[in-house]
Amino acid sequence: MAQYLLSVVTPAEGAQPPTPDQLEAIMARVGQLQSDMKAAGAWVFSGGLEAPSTATVLRPDGDDVLLVDGPFAEGKEYLGGFTVVEAADLDAALDWGRRTVAAIGLPIEVRPFAW
Amino acid sequence: MSDLEAVFRDVHGRAVAVLTRQLGDLDLAEEAVAEAFAVAAATWPERGTPPSPAGWIVTTARNRAVDRLRREAVGTAKLAEVARLQTIAGPEPEQEEVGAVRDDQLRLLFTCCHPALAPEARVALTLRMVGGLTTPEIARAFLVPEATMAARITRAKHKIAKARIPYRVPGDADLPARWSSVLAVVHLVGTEAHSPATGSAPTRPDLAADAIRLARLLVGLRPDEPEARGLLALLLLTTSRAPARALPLDRQDRALWDRGLADEGQELVRECLRIGRPGTYQVQAAIAAVHADAPTWADTDWSQVVALYDLLPQTPVVQLNRAVAVAELDGPSVGLALVDRVDLDRSPVLHAVRADLLRRLDRFAEARAAYDAALARTANEAEQADLRRRRDALD
Repeated sequence: MAQYLLSVVTPAEGAQPPTPDQLEAIMARVGQLQSDMKAAGAWVFSGGLEAPSTATVLRPDGDDVLLVDGPFAEGKEYLGGFTVVEAADLDAALDWGRRTVAAIGLPIEVRPFAW
Repeated sequence: MSDLEAVFRDVHGRAVAVLTRQLGDLDLAEEAVAEAFAVAAATWPERGTPPSPAGWIVTTARNRAVDRLRREAVGTAKLAEVARLQTIAGPEPEQEEVGAVRDDQLRLLFTCCHPALAPEARVALTLRMVGGLTTPEIARAFLVPEATMAARITRAKHKIAKARIPYRVPGDADLPARWSSVLAVVHLVGTEAHSPATGSAPTRPDLAADAIRLARLLVGLRPDEPEARGLLALLLLTTSRAPARALPLDRQDRALWDRGLADEGQELVRECLRIGRPGTYQVQAAIAAVHADAPTWADTDWSQVVALYDLLPQTPVVQLNRAVAVAELDGPSVGLALVDRVDLDRSPVLHAVRADLLRRLDRFAEARAAYDAALARTANEAEQADLRRRRDALD
């Protein structure tokens, strides 16, 4: 078995944020998917993230560490949330990825863990 | 072709397929097979070709892989793997069930054509693993620098290993979704067989045989799916014309065509018609079958050809071929008007077709310029020689 990171690729601008009703429906679908993952023994960890504007970056600075306000890179997309799944191979991981796309309606990046 | 070359063309794909299953590692399998062929090149000329060349290659490659794993084994996990491999009393491919080797070849094909790989990587990987082409050959075929192609293939192999792209034919539920990309790759292998982008030969029979073999496996996998049958028919009909391919279709000596291949292709086209679910490969095969039916270019049923082209998505290549058929049906000036609307400037074929139509309209200066434009756009020596002959015949 291997572990895969399923990242939610969230648009930073331009896209309409979901209405409260839509959000509720999304969360219901995500909850259902998560219990399916747990029932299949595939779920390892998952979470949704606050906006990139809430991030702080720590950088090595000689022997010191420097604090910088904001995300490490401003992009058109940001990591909005993620799930770590346990899967036999890429096809199995892609199946969970496909179902995550269906639940959230956003692009999902599937990436294997190296260790 | 030397013995060894013939064995290489015949055995490479099968050996990589069998060893990938046994070793669980595509990259290692490929390297081991390459090493086995290097040993063969060093020893066969003196000791003679072994009675079962395929079995010899697989066994030698497996031993090399085991040696390499043992050298690299640092942890107990790898040592356990070495122990496991040593106990595989591997039957040689000839003795192994035909079914088992066939399944390995399909696994290899579906792995190379996995949708998580970029489309251009799928074709390159299939040509490399199944067809045994070298990276420089594949780079030339796709007109990209060797380093670019090497990086593309390395990246794809790395992803297969690291992301764990499975070595498996998809189950019934996933098979339809995976089907068209596999057919497309096999079609491209066949295309490269019949118009190599460079080199002196107009065809690569070894690749044509690979493409036909793969298409047969696909038909066997989903006998009720007519597009695979259409693709097989198309490959057979195209390959049947290979012996005459030094010249374009309109001037080929049709007595040279391989009637056996053409008959099989035509029978498959008839089966497709009975199934009654047409698709692009089936329609292209039907066009090839109309040509196979005609004793001469002039006797071709052009209205049928035009009607079939009308069924295909109107890509520039289809528009061009349709224009050629229309020129035969309605005359060169009607054909030329259509050709001039096709957006395919980079294609040598477009300029050669224009040149021929201009010649038939007695517009010789323009014809000469069009032949030159065609010459400037091909690196295939056989094509160049033919174009030069046609241009010089204008004088």
